[in-house]
Amino acid sequence: MDSIIALAFTAFIAENIILSQFLGICPFLGVSTKRSNALGMGFAVLFVMLISSMVTYALYTYVLEALDIVYMRTIVFIIVIASLVQMVETFIKKVSPALYKALGIYLPLITTNCAVLGVAILNITKEHSFGETVVYTTFIGLGFIFVMYIFSMIRERIDKAPVPKAFQGIPIALIVASILAIIFARFGGIV
Amino acid sequence: MTNRENLFKGFVKENPLFVSVLGMCPSLAVSTSLENGLGMGLGVFFVLTLSNLIISLIMSNEKLAALVKPVRIPVYIVVIATLVTIVEMLMHAFIPDLYKSLGVFIPLIVVNCIILGRAEAFASSNTPKDAALDGMGMALGFTGAIAIIAIFREFLGAGTITVWGNLVINLTGLFDFIGITPIGIFVQPAGAFLSFGLILGTITAIGNKNAAKKLAKEALANG
Repeated sequence: MDSIIALAFTAFIAENIILSQFLGICPFLGVSTKRSNALGMGFAVLFVMLISSMVTYALYTYVLEALDIVYMRTIVFIIVIASLVQMVETFIKKVSPALYKALGIYLPLITTNCAVLGVAILNITKEHSFGETVVYTTFIGLGFIFVMYIFSMIRERIDKAPVPKAFQGIPIALIVASILAIIFARFGGIV
Repeated sequence: MTNRENLFKGFVKENPLFVSVLGMCPSLAVSTSLENGLGMGLGVFFVLTLSNLIISLIMSNEKLAALVKPVRIPVYIVVIATLVTIVEMLMHAFIPDLYKSLGVFIPLIVVNCIILGRAEAFASSNTPKDAALDGMGMALGFTGAIAIIAIFREFLGAGTITVWGNLVINLTGLFDFIGITPIGIFVQPAGAFLSFGLILGTITAIGNKNAAKKLAKEALANG
């Protein structure tokens, strides 16, 4: 039980996907200008990440390893993720139009989001069991939402701040992100 | 456009990292040392040049293009993923140390937006030769940009510059001379964001200044 809590905490704070592993920087900078957008993107990523990690885990263990064609990993994973995103989009559209309205526009962007493929591969290289994969992925996704939300709140305020002209937009956002990263790195000492 | 323009536009004018701000994830993560940055650049060079060439060959054949057009994004992704797998295997076999330190970021070249971006924006509508030159130029521009960030971070953070393997330029003497220690934060994740933010801001400032100068000159010429 202890190790599961430690794993969850590591995934959430110490190995935060954005601030210490540098995955999913594009949505982090691109969609974090408004709180509602940040949350929508965050939940869409969590959703797709969880499903794709479970599917890729099963495929890797029962197909790729069983047939001894592990080198096909990258190709298989990206195809699985791209088609999953497409399937999830169609499924949500049919089942819950309200949810589709909230997440719909973010879903196509997720195919090329390196966080999803990154976590799928990390779960394999860290040799997680199926249970660990689910816990790790869930907390990585929650960590993504958490940082996106904090960052979008800060950015809403930066918009009104007198930033030097050359630093407006992405440069100042990166500098703020670095301060956030310092805070998160210090929390890592708890584990 | 001439061959020369196709090759060199990726260096400064359309630099993928500093001007278009694409491919951020790998450049932040692997810029801890110059060696890692150059290794990443090598991988991207191979994948981008060949993917541009192959995609351009597919799309310049009329019959094939008509067939591929409705499903072109999945086709691009499969081409890119195949090339990335080749890079992964070659690095694992010949430069295992680099393979280890780049880790998950080698397979992640697949979702590097520069590669899919060039495929869609340039390779699909240009001749194979132009596309290959464009790929080479963009990859070299990307490598150069990562190298700048890596030198900045490694020098300030550790006082050394690891060019390749055992070839390390040790500059800690300079820090001793001034009487300070290297600033460790620059090699940590937080330093990646900070360095990139500072460098990007500086480049924008220089760009703005040049644009203002040009405008003033034009105004003067027009009387």
